[in-house]
Amino acid sequence: MTMLFPSDLEEACEMLAASDGKAVPLAGGTDLLVHWPQRFEDHGRTFLDLSQLAELRAIRWSDSALILGGGVTYWQTLGDRAVCDAFPLLEKAGRQVGAVQIQARGTWAGNIVNASPAADGVPVLMAYDAVVELVSTQGEEEIPLSEFYLGYKQMRRRPNQLVRAVRLPRRRHDVEVFEKIGPRRAQAITKLGFAATHSAAGWRVVANSMAPTVCRCRTLEGMLEHGSPIRRPEDLMPAIRQDVSPIDDIRSTAQYRQKVFSRTLFHALFSDEK
Amino acid sequence: MKRREGLAKLMGREAYVDDLTVADCLWGATVRSSCARGRIREVRFGEGFDWGEFVVVDHRDLPGENVIALIETDQPVLAAEAVRHVHEAVVLLAHADRDLLRRAVEAVEVVVEEEPPIFDFRQPPEPAQIQHGNDNVFKELKIEKGDVDKALAKAPVVVEGVFTTGAQEHVYLETQGMLAWVEDGVVTVKGSMQCPYYVQKALKLALGREDHEVRVVQAPTGGGFGGKEEFPSGIALHAALLALKAGKPVKLIYERGEDMVATTKRHPSWIRHRTAVDTKGRLLAQDIEVVLDAGAYATLSSVVLSRAVIHAAGPYHCENVRIRGRAVLTNAVPFGAFRGFGAPQSLFACERQMDRIASELTLDPVRIRRRNLIRDGEETATGQVITDGTDRLKVLDRALELSSFQHKRRAYLDFNDTHPYLRRGVGLATFLHGAGFTGSGEVYLASEVHVAGLADGKVEVRTANTEMGQGTQTVFTQLVTDRLGLKAEDVVIAEPDTARVPDSGPTVASRTTMVVGGLIEKACDDLRRRLGLGNEERGEVLTAALALWHRQHPGEELLGTAHYEPPDGIHWDDANYRGEAYGAFAWATYVAAVEVDLRTYTARVLDFVAVQEIGKVLHEVLARGQIQGGVVQGIGWALLEDFRFKDGAMANGQLTNYIIPTSDDVPPIRVAFLENPYAHGAQGAKGIGELPMDGPAPAIVNAVAAATGADPCTIPLTPERMMSVLEAREVAR
Repeated sequence: MTMLFPSDLEEACEMLAASDGKAVPLAGGTDLLVHWPQRFEDHGRTFLDLSQLAELRAIRWSDSALILGGGVTYWQTLGDRAVCDAFPLLEKAGRQVGAVQIQARGTWAGNIVNASPAADGVPVLMAYDAVVELVSTQGEEEIPLSEFYLGYKQMRRRPNQLVRAVRLPRRRHDVEVFEKIGPRRAQAITKLGFAATHSAAGWRVVANSMAPTVCRCRTLEGMLEHGSPIRRPEDLMPAIRQDVSPIDDIRSTAQYRQKVFSRTLFHALFSDEK
Repeated sequence: MKRREGLAKLMGREAYVDDLTVADCLWGATVRSSCARGRIREVRFGEGFDWGEFVVVDHRDLPGENVIALIETDQPVLAAEAVRHVHEAVVLLAHADRDLLRRAVEAVEVVVEEEPPIFDFRQPPEPAQIQHGNDNVFKELKIEKGDVDKALAKAPVVVEGVFTTGAQEHVYLETQGMLAWVEDGVVTVKGSMQCPYYVQKALKLALGREDHEVRVVQAPTGGGFGGKEEFPSGIALHAALLALKAGKPVKLIYERGEDMVATTKRHPSWIRHRTAVDTKGRLLAQDIEVVLDAGAYATLSSVVLSRAVIHAAGPYHCENVRIRGRAVLTNAVPFGAFRGFGAPQSLFACERQMDRIASELTLDPVRIRRRNLIRDGEETATGQVITDGTDRLKVLDRALELSSFQHKRRAYLDFNDTHPYLRRGVGLATFLHGAGFTGSGEVYLASEVHVAGLADGKVEVRTANTEMGQGTQTVFTQLVTDRLGLKAEDVVIAEPDTARVPDSGPTVASRTTMVVGGLIEKACDDLRRRLGLGNEERGEVLTAALALWHRQHPGEELLGTAHYEPPDGIHWDDANYRGEAYGAFAWATYVAAVEVDLRTYTARVLDFVAVQEIGKVLHEVLARGQIQGGVVQGIGWALLEDFRFKDGAMANGQLTNYIIPTSDDVPPIRVAFLENPYAHGAQGAKGIGELPMDGPAPAIVNAVAAATGADPCTIPLTPERMMSVLEAREVAR
């Protein structure tokens, strides 16, 4: 295994370009180093260490947005009161990623580019209309997170691009919900989950572990926009079937995922019980 | 007394087998079958490796019999002609470079001509699937009392139920591991294990060696739960074979994934009850069928089945009982010892059935238990007359009181009426657990214990019983200090090393404190006798006598010894399964309060109360810890630990996908003890190690039934299963 240690972002981009996009950017390592002794195919690869780049670790604010550097960890945001107050779902989701050790190393940007459909950090970012800022020796590119994924583990980041930052527009939200349903109460991979927000920009409903990628549920969003009458969880099922396509796998079943999605969503957004 | 074995573990200083450094040591690894059943045609060593650099061992390298000595002789050390399960060991490799070794294992292919496997233990096998006897049944047992058929025919009410329980992985913190070397012609293995003399017996047979030519030492062991009862014999042999061939020490450590897929598990079960009752809920007849999936080899399945059938009728009196059990071969990974040893399975069925009977008769589940709990003078299913004087109703009442059972039940009715999607319920289980080996087991074991009087005035306790987290060294020390009036620092606990300690039997079956502890007390008395002291002489008198003895007998060893002798009145008929199954039973009532979320179909345990009568509590902190740990393991088995099979092998052999409870999944576990000293246990103690595994699953699932009105009979009751069960009952609003 070869490790490249760039001293700044510019050099990191150059090293990545020089490797012809073959070097693997590594920030917290919480995905790439799991089961390392058994990952024979990765042992010969070249990794680009981003963990020491101070410019990626910054949390900044502009007039219109929160800008999380590409190396910002969950733990950093959990310890930042201003971030947690303005974007409470970042706190809610961040606390449910692994345990403290993972939260301390894992990064929001890493969660995005690992491209797992079960990613716990991505739904809340997507529900806040996050924009991914990519950089390479060729220049800069911005892609809305909701358009970032193309298919299972497929994304619009090119191999020579790094995530410089994740930008979240500052908005007033009157609904902010995040649910993670896992096999136990902590330290678990999500069976299904969702984040939902409402602001002047409209409704956002984002599901994870329900489709090949984390994705927005446009039909459900439309129903919420139009105020369609929903009296029971079952009334949501046609929209859910249009928006997502869960599968049976080692962690759960398609039927369970759909049903529980409908029930948790119903109780979170449609029921008048609160 | 302060825990003696705690601090080194807490500080990370304890040296487990993987921490031991040995000069010029090779790493060992195991090549396994990827096929569930078939004939081995060839072993192919792939390209890209200089195989001459590796130590390679297969079945032809065995100096003795290719058998892992246990009850039966069916399991090979290394598969020779045939394999019976996925992940069966076929070839061993050793090399100094562990990373290279990992790759090399992947490059060895065991070519197997497949034969028809069988995976469903409930179905009779097709002729081509038969691999043992003429029906694949390893063991069949029957307990019979009274006239069950007549009672069933006449009874006003008969309630039937079928219950199934899943496999369970031990998930000890430390994976299996063994270090082997040859020293002055003696094959020595040191590693993680519960039973050094089991390992020694296996080494002798398969290596063709005598007692003095093999030495087994237990390294500090990070949890066992039964998983290190019989399995370490095989891995010790593997390490020893590699070390013999290499002429160098070899360390064989399983990584977590390998440990999960390749080692033994708790037996899955299918249990059917047909219970005859009168309209007041009195048991008239219990007709019970217990079927265990034994997996590919016999291992300890016959004795697991024995404990399962003996506990199947529960802590109740019934005139007419028939219990039939069988353990059946499948081509799954062999199932083996696991805390509770068959009793958790059959008590889950029994205690669910009691609640189902109560529900059928619209009786209070407490009342039906109160009515049937065995009273002194009444008989168990095997005809054992219970005369221990324990007030079993008091155990029940204490649990009801501590858990505010009746108050919770009322309060939850209101809660359930008003909450949109949460449902709460309380459930209980009353049960028993026989301590020590079944029937004549302890007589066959013939355990021996030594307490040596040392020249420096200290005494050394020599047993083969192992510390693996339960606090054995602390309790043994406490027994000696109490008996001899010494300070804790004057008591040395010998390392379990077959070259130094006698065979005091295995560390299993909740027997260590009760049986071995009792022998330690006797050996202390014997030591005093050899010093010419009376039983009342303690402390400094003893220390002075020790010093004097050693001055008079320079270079000699002073040993107090004790041998197991069965208590009077213990008669066991192994052919007919009649008589005193155990010298003593511990009695318990557990109560669980549960909340079911109808949005997610998830059950969460809100509160747990565990009340038990265990003879005498020797060390309350340790005893409480045993109970709490067992309850956590029981919660996992009941709700979370969903063992997935693919071709008989574990499909979710990763800690990310095999879900054990975290501290956040565990409620406050409130423990209370009642004491009624047992005359033949150390200071009156009965065993407690396994007891807490029996009660949680039925108490929790009974609470789920109470909360939802559903009738779950299968565990683990995962959310996906809960969804099906609730849909069957349609209680959701």
